[in-house]
Amino acid sequence: MSDAQQPSDFEPTSVADDFEAVDIFPSSEDMDLRPGADNCYKCTSCDTSCPVAEVNEDFPGPKFQGPEQWRLKRHEDVDIDDSIMSCSNCMRCDDACPSSVPLSQMHNTARGEYVEEHLDKLSREYLRNRMLSNYRTLASIGSKIPRLSNFVMGLGITSVLGEKIMGIPSERDVPEFATETFRQWWKKRGGSKVSNPDKQVAYFHGCYSNFNTVEVGKAMVRVFEEFGYEVLVPKQQCSGTPMFANGMLKDARREAEVNVRELGEAIDNGAEVIASCTSCSMALRQEYPELFDIEGIEELSEHTWEALEFLRVHEDIGQAIQESEVDPQAFAYHAPCHARNQGLDRQAVELFRDLDGVTIEDVGESCSGISGTYGWKSEKYETSMKIGAEMFDHMEHAEGDVGMTECPTCAMQMNHGTGYEIRHPLELLEEALV
Amino acid sequence: MAIEEDVIVIGGGLAGSIAALEAADSEASVRLITYKKSTLRHASGLIDVLGYLDEEEPVADPFSAVSKLPDDHPYSIAGEAAIRDGLDRFDEAVGDTYQGNHTDSNALVPTFGGAVKPTARYPAAAAAGLASDSREMLVVGFEEITDYNASMLADHLAAADVPFAVDGVELNFPGTYANDSRVTRFAKRLDNDEDVEYDGQTMGAREALADAVKPHVGDAERVGFPAFLGDEHTAEVRSDLERHLGVDVFEIPMGPPSFPGMRLADQMKDALDEAGVHISAGNPVIDYETDGDEIDAVIVDSKGREVPHYAEEFVLATGGLVGKGIDSDRDGTVEEPIFDCHIPHSEDRYDWFEQEAFGDQPFAHFGVRIDEGMRPLDADGNPEFPNLRAAGAVVGGTDTVTEKSQSGVSLTTGVVAGQRASERAAKREVSQ
Repeated sequence: MSDAQQPSDFEPTSVADDFEAVDIFPSSEDMDLRPGADNCYKCTSCDTSCPVAEVNEDFPGPKFQGPEQWRLKRHEDVDIDDSIMSCSNCMRCDDACPSSVPLSQMHNTARGEYVEEHLDKLSREYLRNRMLSNYRTLASIGSKIPRLSNFVMGLGITSVLGEKIMGIPSERDVPEFATETFRQWWKKRGGSKVSNPDKQVAYFHGCYSNFNTVEVGKAMVRVFEEFGYEVLVPKQQCSGTPMFANGMLKDARREAEVNVRELGEAIDNGAEVIASCTSCSMALRQEYPELFDIEGIEELSEHTWEALEFLRVHEDIGQAIQESEVDPQAFAYHAPCHARNQGLDRQAVELFRDLDGVTIEDVGESCSGISGTYGWKSEKYETSMKIGAEMFDHMEHAEGDVGMTECPTCAMQMNHGTGYEIRHPLELLEEALV
Repeated sequence: MAIEEDVIVIGGGLAGSIAALEAADSEASVRLITYKKSTLRHASGLIDVLGYLDEEEPVADPFSAVSKLPDDHPYSIAGEAAIRDGLDRFDEAVGDTYQGNHTDSNALVPTFGGAVKPTARYPAAAAAGLASDSREMLVVGFEEITDYNASMLADHLAAADVPFAVDGVELNFPGTYANDSRVTRFAKRLDNDEDVEYDGQTMGAREALADAVKPHVGDAERVGFPAFLGDEHTAEVRSDLERHLGVDVFEIPMGPPSFPGMRLADQMKDALDEAGVHISAGNPVIDYETDGDEIDAVIVDSKGREVPHYAEEFVLATGGLVGKGIDSDRDGTVEEPIFDCHIPHSEDRYDWFEQEAFGDQPFAHFGVRIDEGMRPLDADGNPEFPNLRAAGAVVGGTDTVTEKSQSGVSLTTGVVAGQRASERAAKREVSQ
């Protein structure tokens, strides 16, 4: 862990301006990105791990975007290079760097500054990015009339207009809204079926499990209840993941304030926070404390888990799986980049290998290429598909013809590239254990 | 409940991988915990055992030279048989993608500075480039790659009195590239045989590259390229080039980003996966818990949460000063950060280095000292813990960079640590 990761009075978009050249001893510094920049010894591990640099000749790579650009910026006449908008925020560079340079933190702050100061707020790019990053707002409107929304979004003309007006690639099928959101289902169900003040978890379902893949949220509830947990579903906003990736740090902060407050209450009452989407858990655990100074944000970070990770540590899930059996099925599993960064890339494969009836194969280290909203931009679509090509190829060579992943946008990309149905590990857990 | 194994290996480089593979060969359940990408990825991919005893002459046969090493050298402690075991386990893991196991003698492999490195194993991709081979050689460089100059490389080789004629030529890599293009772009292009514009035509990158090189081959019977001939499909790229050119093609190991290093890291990961080793990557081990005098669990910092991982036996393979298995500070501290194992060093940091850059640097010897079971020793020479073993660059006592022995030390200490750990874990299981 770098000493640059714990901000105090940190205002990401102004850090560069406030900087004064200094003392080279990191211990005397409160918060700036210099120790991170100084720790870089140019080993290129980040550059060779960057999926965008691998396919995009013009993208200078994380070593430039992070430490080198940070240093260049010490000169007042140097602006953030616009290539920062081509970074997909997969955060693989964080995972690669042997010197713990906080690369994604550097990218997030640089992107925030670039969007704030250099992107025209009336430009199509800004408006489209703002819309994509505020998917929750969009989805909450669309899902009020799910059937009509799905019908309209499925029309050819909508897709053509999306491409022409908004810069949304017409190749992609807009995800369908569930006819009943997770929260509506939860309310109708009357909340948790288990009451247990000593074993409570607060579910952070995120936007996608609420509006689209409701079955993932339901599986989470049933699996945790099976292990005797009382599930709470606090009020919540977007985790902020798409906002970081688009440099919309103000939007992200607004959402984070609600999440920290609401989930913080549950934590104060003894609950641990569980996410089913690995980008949501990533945001709450790493990006929140790196980017915002909000009271309780550290506690939220320390008490947030990905669902399977939590069960592996707190329950004998290995034993439960070994004693279970499901109908024969084979999966091509893809580990999302953000799962990788939390050390979770192997857990589904290692667990389900021991489940009778299941064949599961890791389709390799490559990135799916969609990176949330990234692949939803016309100008990034080609890059997105080039990055994904390796994964599609490995999926097709895997025995299974059903995909599996924790990340909803990776799932979209996997489906888009192969036509496979994609499932979440929680759904298989539910099938095996409930 | 919780994560529990027979053997836990900390560190995912060469030493950790071999220790985990060796332990998994028994019935032991093994988990390898690795934090960031290992230094193996920037390494040359060459497996050296012992290249030099002194500055003058390269070592011809490392096995016969081992007896000349001091008693506290890791090789002297582990013994010659262990060096062979380490190489055998490595050979088994990499199969025919590596060569050199037909002899005890060192091979002489040209590297990108024009030096010739004595090494025990080398990638099959480097095989046609050996300096002991008397066939005429052409070395190809590219204007786009600034840290590698073919003419200089050829001159250096000639100056080293190699037994063959060698020439260097600098070309443009077919297609158009940014000024600061990296070797990864060229490698990818060749790996996928992407179309490029060359000589007014559109053709596959492999064929275009061969066409560009062909006029310069002359009497050469082998052609050397920077080590970027593909990534996943490297054997295919090489054989395609050989077919187009009609001569042998080989790679010359380079600095980072190093494809031979990255390929080896990938191969190790595949071997671990195949052996059923559990892998936890991305989070660091920061602490441990004891039960009596033994280590009971190591604590993994899972993004701010401390998650214990239990095992009977532990192997510390976290690397040296570069791999960050050893840390140093301006206040004179030199430490092994997880278990705080004893590392002999002067408290005055001005004693850590010599003025002469390539002199006998004390810092190069930093590392834990071990017993014959690879257990790190405390200041009094007793094992720090009965169930902790060390492998790879975290083990000190010799300057592996100067003597060109780091890979060999990693394999040797790794294989012994893995063996002993799984044996002791099995015994404990029987007695419980």
